Amino acid sequence: MEILTAAFLGPIADMIAEPLFLLEVMIGGVLTGVMYSLVALGFVLIFKASGVFNFAQGIMVLFAALTLVGLMERGVPIWLALAITIAVMVVLAMAIERIVLRPLVNQADITLFMATIGLTFFLEGFGEILWGSNVKKLDIGIPDRSVDVGGVLINTFDVNAAVIAAVLVAVLAVLFQRTKIGRALRAVADDHQAALSVGISLTSIWVIVWAVAGIVALVAGIMWGGKSGVQFSLSLIALKALPVLILGGLTSVPGAIVGGLIIGVGEKVAEVFWGPYIGGAIENWFAYVIAVAFLWFRPQGLFGERIIERV
Amino acid sequence: MLYRESGHFRTTYRADQAIFPIVQDRWVVAAVVAFAFVVVPVIADEYWLQAILIPTVIFALAAIGLNILTGYAGQLSLGTGGFMAVGAYATYKLTTFLPEVNILVHILVSGVFAAAVGILFGIPSLRIKGFYLAVATLAAQFFLMWIFNRVPWFYNYNPNGTITAPPRTLFGIVVTGPQASAEVRYLVCLAILVLFAYLAKNLVRSNTGRGWMAIRDMDVAAEIIGIRPLRTKLLAFAISSYYCGVAGALYMFLYLQSVETLAFGIDVSFLVLFMIIIGGLGSIMGSILGAAFIVVVPILLTNIPQLLAIPISVELAKHIERMIFGGLIIFFLIVEPLGLARLWQIVKEKLRLWPFPY
Repeated sequence: MEILTAAFLGPIADMIAEPLFLLEVMIGGVLTGVMYSLVALGFVLIFKASGVFNFAQGIMVLFAALTLVGLMERGVPIWLALAITIAVMVVLAMAIERIVLRPLVNQADITLFMATIGLTFFLEGFGEILWGSNVKKLDIGIPDRSVDVGGVLINTFDVNAAVIAAVLVAVLAVLFQRTKIGRALRAVADDHQAALSVGISLTSIWVIVWAVAGIVALVAGIMWGGKSGVQFSLSLIALKALPVLILGGLTSVPGAIVGGLIIGVGEKVAEVFWGPYIGGAIENWFAYVIAVAFLWFRPQGLFGERIIERV
Repeated sequence: MLYRESGHFRTTYRADQAIFPIVQDRWVVAAVVAFAFVVVPVIADEYWLQAILIPTVIFALAAIGLNILTGYAGQLSLGTGGFMAVGAYATYKLTTFLPEVNILVHILVSGVFAAAVGILFGIPSLRIKGFYLAVATLAAQFFLMWIFNRVPWFYNYNPNGTITAPPRTLFGIVVTGPQASAEVRYLVCLAILVLFAYLAKNLVRSNTGRGWMAIRDMDVAAEIIGIRPLRTKLLAFAISSYYCGVAGALYMFLYLQSVETLAFGIDVSFLVLFMIIIGGLGSIMGSILGAAFIVVVPILLTNIPQLLAIPISVELAKHIERMIFGGLIIFFLIVEPLGLARLWQIVKEKLRLWPFPY
């Protein structure tokens, strides 16, 4: 009975007692969720176009942020630094396509997955040799303070981050739906062979997708880095993006966003209200448990393509 | 000339189904095992045993466990570290409650707890597969870490949160605790590895193993020809976790001696996954080769600059080591996606024609 109280009644009573606080926690969760969504978005783009489960997305976030900060520390003005970083991510995409993906065409999924883990190790070592491994402060001129809106404290930085993320998603949506490249991308995502047969170059599409994922990673890196400093732990959010992905479905862009929000809100609420009852730091695993519980009912995720199997 | 199947006339089914049907294979394996048991403890010094041989043997056991699940049954798992932790903590609690019982019994029984936990976290595999399942097993990894960290009962309310192997003896010889010599610990681990590798090899050749492989290759088709997915998948999870649990218990009691939960973190899960992919999915031999490779390479990478007397800082060396390690993995996957086991097979095929390949 005591356990039951701790697990169900207590937290819910707390929530009802302080609705404004609950709202504040949820808003905080939404904004963290936006960050998860950004990382998950990079995953989805690559998975859709090349079927590669890109474990290195998290390290790409770190690598992009490190490059930007490293350049700024050496006195490069922010716009130039941004441009150079974007160029670096594009070159990285080309290198990955040429060195890693092309020789591994037609290998099993798990082999490609492993290759991206290898890539993770490589980029981690490379980034830290280049820019050093100490925590760096990234100041991009967005004010970071709390404003009181109707009794609820909201962080301006988080709001800005959410707006930027929304703009990014809108731009990507236009890119995907309205341009020639977007059509080619969708064709490749739909059916590799059919796309090849109508004359779409798979390799150049892969470069584009990896480059776009790199730029998304850069945006995510700027947001996370601006909030908590650019440091190694940034790459760990990649692991958090995994439950987001399976919740949303591996192949769905809206899924990545909605999944990110659900995970963000869910884990914040759980940490704040359930944490004190069952011993804190449940943020570490709660996201996974939500995702697994969810998979029981919808194995393909919220928006994923329905899995049809034939013998 | 000598190494070939022809000329070995078998008159019984027993001989026909031997693990190593070629007589030279039997000699080589017997020689290697004898070498590992008799010569290695004599010639290897403390550093070799502690830094290379003991971890290789223990990780080989864990890799066999994961290979049963991922390589044979086709269920991708990232929870190996968590299952190893279950084995370690179960052994620790057992030695606390029943100090007079033989430590070997504890280690073997602790695997049963790991198997139970494995079954529990394997249940989602009935509905989900592939990368979705991998994420579900990550849930196991993080949840188990959290539990072992948060519930003081598991580490006997020790204020610094670590668990330490108590001194225990086996046939009058100290095998755990600070007094245990590296040779003894190595021999115990090796004996367990040889026994379990033998069992695993036979298991995957049996009806059970064929069931696993059928599920791996196409689960719907396997179900139609009468293999029960529930039983088969959960059995794979149970046996795999049992192996991992025993490996975890050895890892803590005979290798590290004193650990906190961090020692079984996600890194360990990835390391074991590397081992089976580098070694070869679906190969017992490959698991052992892969474990040796993954243990030895970082040590080589740290020692090469020292040998060449290039002065580089520890930090830089660590980063370079990571880069090379990552690069090597990619290189290996490109050159030989089927792993070291495949190279081994190629060598054997070449040997069969030697010295007249045409």
